[in-house]
Amino acid sequence: MSKKEDFVKFDKVDKSYDGKVLVVKDLNLDIEEGEFVTMLGPSGSGKTTCLMMLAGFETPTNGEIYLDKNPISNIPPHKRGIGMVFQNYALFPHMTVFENLAFPLKVRKMSQVEIEKKVDKALSMVSLGGFANRMPGQLSGGQQQRVAVARALVFDPSVVLMDEPLGALDKNLRESMQYEIKHIHESIGVTVVYVTHDQGEALTMSNRIAVFNDGKVQQLSSPDKLYEEPVNSFVAEFIGENNTFGGEVSEISNGTCRVKLEKGEIIANPISVKSVGEKTTVSIRPERALINPKDKMDNNQKGKIEEVIYHGDHTRVRLNLLGNSEFILKVPNSSQNLDIKLGNEINIGWNSHDARALDPK
Amino acid sequence: MSSETGKILTTDGIPLEESLKQSEKKNKIKAFLLVAPLLLFLIITYMIPIGDMFSRSIDDKMVTNMLPKTYKAMENWDGKELPPEEVFEAFYLDYKILVKNKTAGKLQTQLNYEKNGFKSVLKKLARKQKKFEEGNYKEQIMKVHKRWRNVEYWRAIKRRAPSYTYSKYLKGIDMYSNEDGKIVQVSEDRRIHRILWIRTVEVAFFVTLFCFLMAYPIAHLLATLPMKYSNLLMICVLLPFWTSLLVRTASWMILLQQQGIVNDFFVWIGLVADDNRPEMMYNKTGTYVAMTQILLPFMVLPLYSVMKTISPSLMRAGKSLGATPATAFFKVYFPLTIPGIGAGCLLVFILAIGYYITPALVGGASGTLISNQIAYHMKSTLDWSFASAMGLMLLTGVLVIYWIYNKLVGVDNIKLG
Repeated sequence: MSKKEDFVKFDKVDKSYDGKVLVVKDLNLDIEEGEFVTMLGPSGSGKTTCLMMLAGFETPTNGEIYLDKNPISNIPPHKRGIGMVFQNYALFPHMTVFENLAFPLKVRKMSQVEIEKKVDKALSMVSLGGFANRMPGQLSGGQQQRVAVARALVFDPSVVLMDEPLGALDKNLRESMQYEIKHIHESIGVTVVYVTHDQGEALTMSNRIAVFNDGKVQQLSSPDKLYEEPVNSFVAEFIGENNTFGGEVSEISNGTCRVKLEKGEIIANPISVKSVGEKTTVSIRPERALINPKDKMDNNQKGKIEEVIYHGDHTRVRLNLLGNSEFILKVPNSSQNLDIKLGNEINIGWNSHDARALDPK
Repeated sequence: MSSETGKILTTDGIPLEESLKQSEKKNKIKAFLLVAPLLLFLIITYMIPIGDMFSRSIDDKMVTNMLPKTYKAMENWDGKELPPEEVFEAFYLDYKILVKNKTAGKLQTQLNYEKNGFKSVLKKLARKQKKFEEGNYKEQIMKVHKRWRNVEYWRAIKRRAPSYTYSKYLKGIDMYSNEDGKIVQVSEDRRIHRILWIRTVEVAFFVTLFCFLMAYPIAHLLATLPMKYSNLLMICVLLPFWTSLLVRTASWMILLQQQGIVNDFFVWIGLVADDNRPEMMYNKTGTYVAMTQILLPFMVLPLYSVMKTISPSLMRAGKSLGATPATAFFKVYFPLTIPGIGAGCLLVFILAIGYYITPALVGGASGTLISNQIAYHMKSTLDWSFASAMGLMLLTGVLVIYWIYNKLVGVDNIKLG
């Protein structure tokens, strides 16, 4: 059974609520069957709108959405067969857990025996076997969340949408639920479209992440690629931590470029700059810059330590480097005795490959 | 382990349980003192009047006190034949005092309630008794009017012997206890109260139904519209609510009368002929229209407050799970609004069942309700005990409805906002 590559397809989708501002602009997105795709972005970036269009609660202003090659814009939500987990779970408060899960099966006119079998299976999948007769109000947040997931899956939908489902949980529970949802996804192979503004959640769970900003997908790629190789400064800024330098390209040749800053100069990897004289933002991940590097690195600078913050497994060091007083370093806690003290000057080095010259901010 | 069974002591050595009770007691007294004025107010303005109404409605001491000797003499009379001479004598002596004190009129009215035509007989006796001679009162009284020979009039007097009676309640449902003490219905042409009761319940029921049908969509709109529109709509709902009841009823009179605006409009669009304008007030239609409009906010507000709390994502969840909009509405949304429906219906029904001003003004003869009858007896016939009896019957009816509602829906399920 070959997986369909464009199982869910957004084709040039625009959406505007008021006819003046486009919330979603020219969205093209292909989601493979069985994939876990996360739409990640700040609030107001259009990610939830995309999800609502897929679920059928909003209609695209332009363009078309395809589900398994069929256009679905004119299909009402209840005929799409898409499961959905809502932000606040949206469990029916007047029904027991069993009735909540039986609801989608009952409207599909399944037999009582079949309903019981499926509900049992779905409840044991989220390890809530003995809770069938509880009311949603008697469950904890995490349990309600699991019921919501089970309800969205119980009728075997081809796609499940999740709209920030973990937003209301505390940190520990959120992390364990992330793994749980990931495992469920792996074991039943359903296509999941997940919306969140929490990048940690997105990086942990997804096969691919679509970073949204300003109604557009900024980058769609796997979590590691997104982190290691952001294609523009928004993505670099939004995902993980990031040190930036604004400057101007002064020289560009076989895979490297020189960027002139206000104070000094760095050698960088030209990603979105093409010619000399262009403005650019250079982005370096904190863990890619080393203190007193042993290998020869093509960037070597001196910086003054302005702040040291102890984080347990690592120490964060804030430096003033090349006029940027917000330069962050992550130093792992090892026996290595580095001279990290407030006010000290230290040598910092990084490879030009890790300094990505992106579009200016 | 051994200390676990012993009592826990506070630092001053008092057992914890006791000191807890003491501090709670103080709080309880404080709480009671806070509600005491309200409690007192309720007792004075609510419990005492109801108690007074009740005693008034069953009180029948008036006749008993007016004819003390008669009832003493009647104790040994079996009521089958005409009473013996002692009874006649005692009645003559009692009545003489009443006539002298000019309170005979009250007795005449009271006994006339019991037996029609008693008043004229007693009036005649009042005139003639001045010339009575001593002895053989039976003959003399029977000479005054031939009805005195009729044993039924004497039975009527005896029926009023007890100082308490439930006859007012029987009268309220068009029944009375007849000469043999059996409870029977009054003759068909005099059964007015039962019609009124049925009409009252019917009007209250339909007004509640109309209010529900109209308020549900309004409340839904109020709960789902964006703020700027919903505020405007809310003002539209509340504005009539803040307007005087009389003003609103009067404006319905202007609208609904035969030469009124609504009729003019119907004629203008050609719905009815000018010489055949429908009567829309001084009948049940007027009562329905005006009462529905006036009671509508009482249905909208509880519904709104409940609907406001229902998350819109629930309907979406229902649809995403495969339910058609209609199924999602009836299975998900509607059950969640039941507390509001219950509260609204109960409120409107109870208000409607005792409604007075509107039916009095626009109801006409066929649109008046039981409350109008109560008011009539309080203001016109001055039969306060009957008015009290009907008022209490109305109150009991409301309590019964409340009880049934509690059994069906549960009072905990009421949500007024």
